[in-house]
Amino acid sequence: MKSIRQEVLKIVAEQAVLDVSDIDLAASMESLGIDSLGLVEVIFAIEEQFDISVPFDSGQPANGAFDLSSIETIISGVQHLIEQKALLVDG
Amino acid sequence: MKRVVITGQGTINALGENVPDTLAGFREGRLGIGPLSFPDVERLTVRIGGQINGFRAEDHFSRHEISFYDRFTQLALFAAREAISQSGLIFADALAESSGVVLGTAGGGLQTQDENYRAVYEQGKNRVHPFVVPRLMNNAAASHLSIVHNLRGPSFTVASACASSNHAMGQAFNLVRSGQAPVMITGGSESMLCFGGIKAWEGLRVMSRDACRPFSANRNGMVQGEGAAIFVFEDYDRARARNADILAEVAGFAMTSDASDIVMPSKQGAARAMSGALRDAGMASADVGYINAHGTGTIANDKTECAAIAEVFGADADGLMISSTKSMHGHLIGGTGAVELLAAIMALREGVIAPTIGYQRADPDCALDVVPNTARDAKVTAVLSNAFAFGGLNAVLALRAI
Repeated sequence: MKSIRQEVLKIVAEQAVLDVSDIDLAASMESLGIDSLGLVEVIFAIEEQFDISVPFDSGQPANGAFDLSSIETIISGVQHLIEQKALLVDG
Repeated sequence: MKRVVITGQGTINALGENVPDTLAGFREGRLGIGPLSFPDVERLTVRIGGQINGFRAEDHFSRHEISFYDRFTQLALFAAREAISQSGLIFADALAESSGVVLGTAGGGLQTQDENYRAVYEQGKNRVHPFVVPRLMNNAAASHLSIVHNLRGPSFTVASACASSNHAMGQAFNLVRSGQAPVMITGGSESMLCFGGIKAWEGLRVMSRDACRPFSANRNGMVQGEGAAIFVFEDYDRARARNADILAEVAGFAMTSDASDIVMPSKQGAARAMSGALRDAGMASADVGYINAHGTGTIANDKTECAAIAEVFGADADGLMISSTKSMHGHLIGGTGAVELLAAIMALREGVIAPTIGYQRADPDCALDVVPNTARDAKVTAVLSNAFAFGGLNAVLALRAI
């Protein structure tokens, strides 16, 4: 759990050009200065890092199954996707 | 109609990372072609090219910029800095509103395509970086140039294979000449030196494995190069009014189509393009002292081009110098006419004719003065620069000293 959090924070921090320690878990991507293209890059980096597929369509960001409203929701979304993947692999 | 002049030039290619180093290479007859270096080169039969060594994107662009810039865009932006800085222009207000950029490229973001096809087909990856499309699109270099330099007027990209840059510069010329734009940034960029880029050319069997020797009886094909050259085309009156350093006048331009074969060039198409450029510039054939030839080093091109020159210039061909600088920097495909225009301008400004290097044996089918191996001092006041593309699309620029 801790490492997922750390990895997501690292990805977001790199995109926002900030230190990991400066990122508030409640912050939105927008408040960190990450625009829509930056968000697409963050999602790509998360997919690459965890080998998961994040359900996200930039045309309808609010309608996706993945909650992008804060760093905290992104982390729990990633955790959920990793658990689902583990279930599929085990099953 | 306005007169059009060149007030800035910039480049990066196998001979140098700026104009002075490139012109020094032309004067020395320096060979910029060498062993290629990139992944899987050992699987190619053609392993030489005019590759730029030592250029590191990280030294010139931020990580964020690089995520959007394919190498062909990087090279165009790099060359444009030199050109625009030389011109002394800053694009703001009304000038920014009406100035634009027309660039030539044949392959666009081919390196990006190559890398990402590798990722999905060879490595079996199921996702690619989100910016693959904006990186690979052919207009990426022109668009980023407009963004970086605040050019808000007409901008687009021309793709006509090996004539792309000449076609692009012809469009820029006409935009300034007609008064639609006071200033146009123009030229071309190409970066095809990757496994897929060379492999495709290998298939055509027009590539040399040892050297590019245009017009020499023992020539055995073309050698690819990479790079960019960018120019500032400006309304003459405007340039004079601001006391700009004028490098040369773009006096005329013509384009023709062979309408015959998709790869074999036609003498008639090339000849009509040259005579059209002379007519457009109001030049007599006797006025022209130098032609920067297309001179690819293939038998088909060189024979056809020499025959076309002989037809257009008649008895005046005897006093005419022609050379192919592709022997030094390689064939930059869609960027080639732009880099070669540097040699045409050097002839007018410095009175130095760039040589055709690698020349070993006279060919009766190319019985013209090809300035073999050594640069020559000569005063010329009018020059042509030829580009003849696969697909039979020909574009010739005529320049005059000023």
